[in-house]
Amino acid sequence: MSQLLQKRQYTIIGIVLVTFIVLAFRLFYLQVIDDSFRQSADRNALRKIIEHPARGLIYDRNDSLLVYNDAAYDLMVVPNELRAFDTLELCRVLNIDKKELMKRIEKAMRWSKMLPSLVAQQMSKEDYGYLQEKLHRFPGFFVQNRTLRHYPHPIAAHILGYVGEVSREQIEKDPYYQMGDYIGLSGIEKAYENELRGTKGIRVVLVDVHNRERGSYKDGSEDVTPIQGVSLWSTLDLELQKYGEELMHNKRGSIVAIEPETGEILCIVSMPSYDPNLLVGNVRSKNYGILSSDEVNFPLFNRALMARYPPGSTFKLANGLIALQEGIVTSTTIYPCPGGYRMGSHTIKCHHAGSTNLYNAIQISCNTYFCKAFYNILSNRSKYPTIQKAYAAWEQHVNRLGFGVKFDSDLPYELKGFIPDTTYFDKKYNRAWNGNTVVSMGIGQGEASVTPLQMANFMAIIANKGFYYKPHVIKAIGSKNSPNTRFQKRYETGIKPEYFDAIIEGMDMAVIGGTARSAKIDGIRIIGKTGTAQNPHGRDHSVFVSIAPKESPKIAVFVLVENGGYGSTVAAPIASLITEFYINREVKRKDLEKRIKEFQ
Amino acid sequence: MNQRTKTSFKIDVQLVVYYIILVTLGWFTIYSSSKNQFVDESFFSFSNLYTKQLIFIGTSILLAMIILLIDSRLWIHYSTHIYIASLLLMILVFFVGTEINGALAWIKIGNFSIQPTEFAKFTTALALAKFFNEGKTNKEKKLLWVNAFLFILIPILIILAQKDTGSALVFLSFVILFYREGLTGWILLIGIFAVAITIFTLFKNEIYSIIILTNLLALFLFLHRRNSTLIKRDIVLYVIGVLFVLFTNIGYQHVLQDHQRMRIDTLLGKVKDPLGADFNSNQSKIAIGSGGFWGKGYLNGTQTKLDYVPEQSTDFIFCAIGEEWGFVGSFIVISLYTLMIIRIIVLSEKNRNQFVRCYGYGLAGVIFFHFFINIGMTIGLLPIIGIPLPFISYGGSSLWAFTILLFIFVKLNEN
Repeated sequence: MSQLLQKRQYTIIGIVLVTFIVLAFRLFYLQVIDDSFRQSADRNALRKIIEHPARGLIYDRNDSLLVYNDAAYDLMVVPNELRAFDTLELCRVLNIDKKELMKRIEKAMRWSKMLPSLVAQQMSKEDYGYLQEKLHRFPGFFVQNRTLRHYPHPIAAHILGYVGEVSREQIEKDPYYQMGDYIGLSGIEKAYENELRGTKGIRVVLVDVHNRERGSYKDGSEDVTPIQGVSLWSTLDLELQKYGEELMHNKRGSIVAIEPETGEILCIVSMPSYDPNLLVGNVRSKNYGILSSDEVNFPLFNRALMARYPPGSTFKLANGLIALQEGIVTSTTIYPCPGGYRMGSHTIKCHHAGSTNLYNAIQISCNTYFCKAFYNILSNRSKYPTIQKAYAAWEQHVNRLGFGVKFDSDLPYELKGFIPDTTYFDKKYNRAWNGNTVVSMGIGQGEASVTPLQMANFMAIIANKGFYYKPHVIKAIGSKNSPNTRFQKRYETGIKPEYFDAIIEGMDMAVIGGTARSAKIDGIRIIGKTGTAQNPHGRDHSVFVSIAPKESPKIAVFVLVENGGYGSTVAAPIASLITEFYINREVKRKDLEKRIKEFQ
Repeated sequence: MNQRTKTSFKIDVQLVVYYIILVTLGWFTIYSSSKNQFVDESFFSFSNLYTKQLIFIGTSILLAMIILLIDSRLWIHYSTHIYIASLLLMILVFFVGTEINGALAWIKIGNFSIQPTEFAKFTTALALAKFFNEGKTNKEKKLLWVNAFLFILIPILIILAQKDTGSALVFLSFVILFYREGLTGWILLIGIFAVAITIFTLFKNEIYSIIILTNLLALFLFLHRRNSTLIKRDIVLYVIGVLFVLFTNIGYQHVLQDHQRMRIDTLLGKVKDPLGADFNSNQSKIAIGSGGFWGKGYLNGTQTKLDYVPEQSTDFIFCAIGEEWGFVGSFIVISLYTLMIIRIIVLSEKNRNQFVRCYGYGLAGVIFFHFFINIGMTIGLLPIIGIPLPFISYGGSSLWAFTILLFIFVKLNEN
């Protein structure tokens, strides 16, 4: 009996060993095979707090600050960590009602239960201080430091652009973004988003079971410090931009000034405009609504890049160049002008009579000369068998001069204007058209339309005698000495440099004793061309293009004042003042300045 | 004289080494899981668990020395007195006790609380050893097992009255001793079968269990078709089984407390509520599971430190080991316990004194039960039953009681 019982020790030891094996297998499963616990553990105890970098600063070409950052505090929520809290108190601090708060929390839940979402933007420093102290009573909420754009000078709103909250599509496209993040939506902010946004930092903190932060994880060794966005140096001249906007005050229209030898945009004005500080932070959506619904002034509309203006007489310069290049005229070819260009029963009037060569034609803006030249380009059957072929050749020249195409530089939402192609006319005239049918295009009227940026670039081409660099607004990235390499490619127009001499002479004569006398500046040799763009909706647009100084051009200017009448009335004086200001850094003609500022 | 000193050092080194390793490991784990790494705290402040545990360890060593120095015959001689004294101490709790975590099981003396239940484990082991040792001479076999069960039933009833179900269950571990001393294996089998059928009934429903019982009956009726006595017995057992099944749910609903029922329901997967009833069990599994193969490294655990795991220094201390030392550490710890238990059984069998053997099996059973239930609970194999992990968990009473329990055996084995 006792021997039999002694054997029971093996049964008991067996039970102990089986238990040991069961425990060992279970541990092996939990710890080695199933790795979901590790993730659960990290979700439990680690909170990754995104540290938002400040956006890059933007300077003008003379190192004056155009855009900088201000501190702001945003309230964030992680829906999964929400517990019951005092809604009334939070509503009071945020100055919203309970319904609104619930709406925002539900929106955050729909986006993600795990990731933080924005509840309230830009709390005041006082509210932030108050809330920070009581935050332990609002589990699931935390405050995030953010920066907001600030503009020391309320200018260049269209070009600087604005930032706003990212959309769902943008988040899906680029994993950099999370809901509530800011992204550049227009202007430089959009074009240089990747440079300006910087690198996000991550702070990994330990969170205990009561949602209290208990310190940094692994002594911060897994933290990533945010890196501020790269600073940009704009080609804009702050003072010139400011001056341009002052001159355009109370007017509609645009000024674009370019440094010809680089394509750098010195100032780019579109009026009416707005104070860029209006589109910052929590006032943005309200102000955006007001600005975008202003259907009288369209302040958000950037005329310099998007408006389609008939080019007017300034377009005669392009046709002159093409006529020279195509061998239709030489600088001394004379066309008689009987006071207008006759085509059958219809006449395009000219305000003078007599014979003109190219110089005179530009000086006095002779319609007859350029109609004839344009007609002859299209009727050159020895070179082009059909009107279509001849027109296509002309169109190609125009495109290479920068019209009817987009530059695709660093100016978002740029439009390409409109230069009709042969198909357009074939359709319109049922293939039965000739040089006279479309002759008004020769003097910048008719179907063609251009943007102010294209016209200014055309002036730069003339100043350079045949080439251009894409007009752009950012000249250096990161440091003033590291140039923006995107715009160093030289574009050729295919027109011989010597042909530009005749055009330049004609523009010179126009200022000395022609239509552009009102642009004259003492001490600066400015050359220019007026334009009066016909406006079917009212008074003509006043247009002027200029280059100065003639000998070594530093600035090419395009000015358009909607409903301003003749080019010489208001556009020419503005271009003249801009040129004087840029070259002399002061304007002596205070009377003219005063008159222009008051002009409406 | 020379002879005496020599014999007094004939203690089993293996057991003492296991003890030292587990206690040391326990202290380091308590240090890791209770130290607030974000606040500078004085090491010698008595509000720290690890400082207090150091005192408990010191006093435990003192207790072990005393036990090794005094004559072991004292335990054999006075075992019944000691048993009765400990029962009285437990009853005393009803009058001067303090309630901690819902259990009225503590007597507070100054800053420290002692739990008489813990000491009842070794007194019961002593009493049972004496009972079996003398029972042989009494020859009253019929009453032997009734009496034996009374020895454990009395402390169980007292502890249940103190609402400390976990500790009460520990006394069932003496059934291992009973088995070794001749209790029929059928009782064990029936016990295991009853537990299995209960779980099955709760998990599925009564119908399934009755179908299983009916199939078993059919099988046995076929096997016993030539023996009418056995057939009669089979039918009686079947009726008892069916009644047991039918009363399982009723008993489950009315006898167990709500939180106990909830723990069983969550373990069976009947309730899914990771933030509520499941929380502790889930967090415990997450902590251990996140340790991986090598662990996160000493003092690098996050789950135990940030209070995700409840009672991380006492009942759930194995979580800290699992998280910081990974599978490697966990495996070493369960190996140590297994080796210790087997060593105790081997030594018990070697000893020709029945008192020592019985005491040894009582000790092995208690350690085995604690070890299996505690670790099984932390890794989600068993419902949450609040009992400490021997030698490792924080707590004076527990450490003292296990030290006494072990070292009486070490001393008894010396001869």
